[in-house]
Amino acid sequence: MARAGKPKLAVWKFTSCDGCQLSLLDCEDELLEIAGQVQIAKFVEASSAAIRGPYDLSLVEGSITTPDQAEQIRQVRRQSRALVTIGACATAGGIQALRNFRNVPEFIAAVYARPEYISTLSTSSAIADHVRVDFELRGCPINRHQLLEVIAAFINRRRPALPNYSVCMECKRRGTVCVMVAKKIPCLGPLTHSGCGAICPAYGRGCYGCYGPAQTVNAKALADAWEAAGASKIEMHRVLRSFNANAAEFRSAAETLDENG
Amino acid sequence: MQGERLGIGGAVVIQSGALDELIKVLAAEGYKVIGPTISDGAIVYDEIRQAAQLPIGWTDLQQAGSYQLQRRQDAAVFGFAVGPHSWKKFLHVPVLRLWRAQRQSDGSIGAATDPHPASKFAFIGVRSCELHAIAIQDQVLIGGTCKDPHYAARRDGVFMVAVNCTSAGGTCFCVSMGTGPRAEAGFDLALTELLDDGHHEFLVESASARGAEVIRQVANRPAQPHHRQAAAQASARAAAQMGRQLDTAGVRELLLGNLEHPRWDEVAARCLACGNCTMVCPTCFCTTVEDHSDLANGVAERVRTWDSCYTLEFSHLHGGSVRSSIRSRYRQWLTHKLATWWDQFGTSGCVGCGRCITWCPVGIDLTEEVSAIRNNQPRHGRPLFSVPSPQGKGEGEV
Ligand code: SF4
Ligand code: SF4
Ligand code: SF4
Ligand code: SF4
Repeated sequence: MARAGKPKLAVWKFTSCDGCQLSLLDCEDELLEIAGQVQIAKFVEASSAAIRGPYDLSLVEGSITTPDQAEQIRQVRRQSRALVTIGACATAGGIQALRNFRNVPEFIAAVYARPEYISTLSTSSAIADHVRVDFELRGCPINRHQLLEVIAAFINRRRPALPNYSVCMECKRRGTVCVMVAKKIPCLGPLTHSGCGAICPAYGRGCYGCYGPAQTVNAKALADAWEAAGASKIEMHRVLRSFNANAAEFRSAAETLDENG
Repeated sequence: MQGERLGIGGAVVIQSGALDELIKVLAAEGYKVIGPTISDGAIVYDEIRQAAQLPIGWTDLQQAGSYQLQRRQDAAVFGFAVGPHSWKKFLHVPVLRLWRAQRQSDGSIGAATDPHPASKFAFIGVRSCELHAIAIQDQVLIGGTCKDPHYAARRDGVFMVAVNCTSAGGTCFCVSMGTGPRAEAGFDLALTELLDDGHHEFLVESASARGAEVIRQVANRPAQPHHRQAAAQASARAAAQMGRQLDTAGVRELLLGNLEHPRWDEVAARCLACGNCTMVCPTCFCTTVEDHSDLANGVAERVRTWDSCYTLEFSHLHGGSVRSSIRSRYRQWLTHKLATWWDQFGTSGCVGCGRCITWCPVGIDLTEEVSAIRNNQPRHGRPLFSVPSPQGKGEGEV
């Protein structure tokens, strides 16, 4: 494929823990290959030097929690041919989106001596709530193999091969014995987006929903099964209210549980 | 009394301790021996090297959405029903790289497929329903004009040691499906565990020359008529214990004539569309392919994985998924298993193993769904479309 120079990659950070960006540095073996194929134009975690835009691919980590960020993400979008969000914060608002269900001014008053110095929004929201997003890579944190797949797909202009069906599909393919059925351990796998490789059930734990909602979410049916397995609806509520609490399907599932006590 | 002699159709008796010899003889003949073993709180299929790895003295309690291991009072080796794995895990593998292509230094592209497994499998403990399931997958994957070479390579020369069930599991219904509990065909050796009054032995029936050849190398003695009788009684006991039943009379016409039945909405409210039932089903064969390329675009590969009609991509045509509702996806599963499989392949797609009932996280039971539709058919109106009988096959012959 003939290309005019190497594609320019930028990595941006909003409200987040940096864990997803670090997945890129974690790609030790592949990092040289990445550097050979793309020009890493902006990546503060790796280097303070920055090359000006526009960028061929922007990877965006973190959620929007301040008015400044809401403006900055528009600038990022304007400078980016393709914009991919990485991780639960950028894709669903992250754990910090728990604020969306509480009174933020009260928190600020309780925590800070001079609340007037704090400029923050009352919500933590996904990047897609602000600008057009070309692809959302799920996970808290993201899986580095999936990150490489996304980068390879975008620089080669093909579709990433990253299915959005349930974790159960991956769980069964790896031959794990279902923890719900055999151990009565509550598992969120049937509602959760695949991508992690079904790690938790393979270690005898239930899925926590790190990858957010799968393509089809029937939360009521799973809540009933959890109850039958001896888990309360409160436990299900807690698991839904974590990294992906503000993802539409998890949010409405938790609200439905609220309404039904 | 002389008793029976070895040979095709003949039978001998071996002591339970001789199972270890059988495993070792098969290994010495070059087979990769796979059998039931306990892992992660269930009886799964994995490579075994000695009889001690078999689930001796264990059984399983199975109900809709529930599986539990339990100690038995005796030392039965095969005193359990089928578990979460099926033999398709080895023959129609869950993830398979179909090919890998690489750009060469001279600019040309070289493609290679992964080699097929070097050694042939010997499966120990294959139940009658599973032999039927393997026969169904044979027909689907290598029975037509387009044969799957990967399945064919793994399937070729598998040495089958069947086990006749002497007790049935809580979700089993092979009797309804005409697939068990006694193995009739498709094996080299069939074991029936005979366990009473201090005796613990196996009746071993041989159905092939190599079966006879293998069992000849294991300490054995001729079978007597009372052994055959005891084995027949044990099979009858299992047949009388079926945890579930499915009335198959006209089931194809029943389902296809009730595509708008309210029961589909009712089951859709409970179904997660998680795909577990299709993954554990020993006859479900659907796959999808994923293409990957590396960063430098010098390497590309195509990977085949088990797929399920519960995913949206499965029915994605231009513009979206044809089966977007859970209702339509559950209906696709059930009608394929019990109705349209007849049109496609001339058999049922269900062998009554009960896995989809046990391993459904919410315990949806297809036998219950069918009987709900059967017992509550709308009194008025015609089927939405008429259901012609598939030519020369189908329920008419069951
Ligand atoms: S353990 Fe969880 S993810 Fe795995 S099949 Fe069971 S419900 Fe699904
Ligand atoms: S449909 Fe269910 S009972 Fe029938 S063969 Fe498949 S898993 Fe077994
Ligand atoms: S039931 Fe679904 S997954 Fe199974 S063979 Fe039929 S279409 Fe394929
Ligand atoms: S029937 Fe059960 S196992 Fe099958 S998709 Fe529905 S919830 Fe999952």
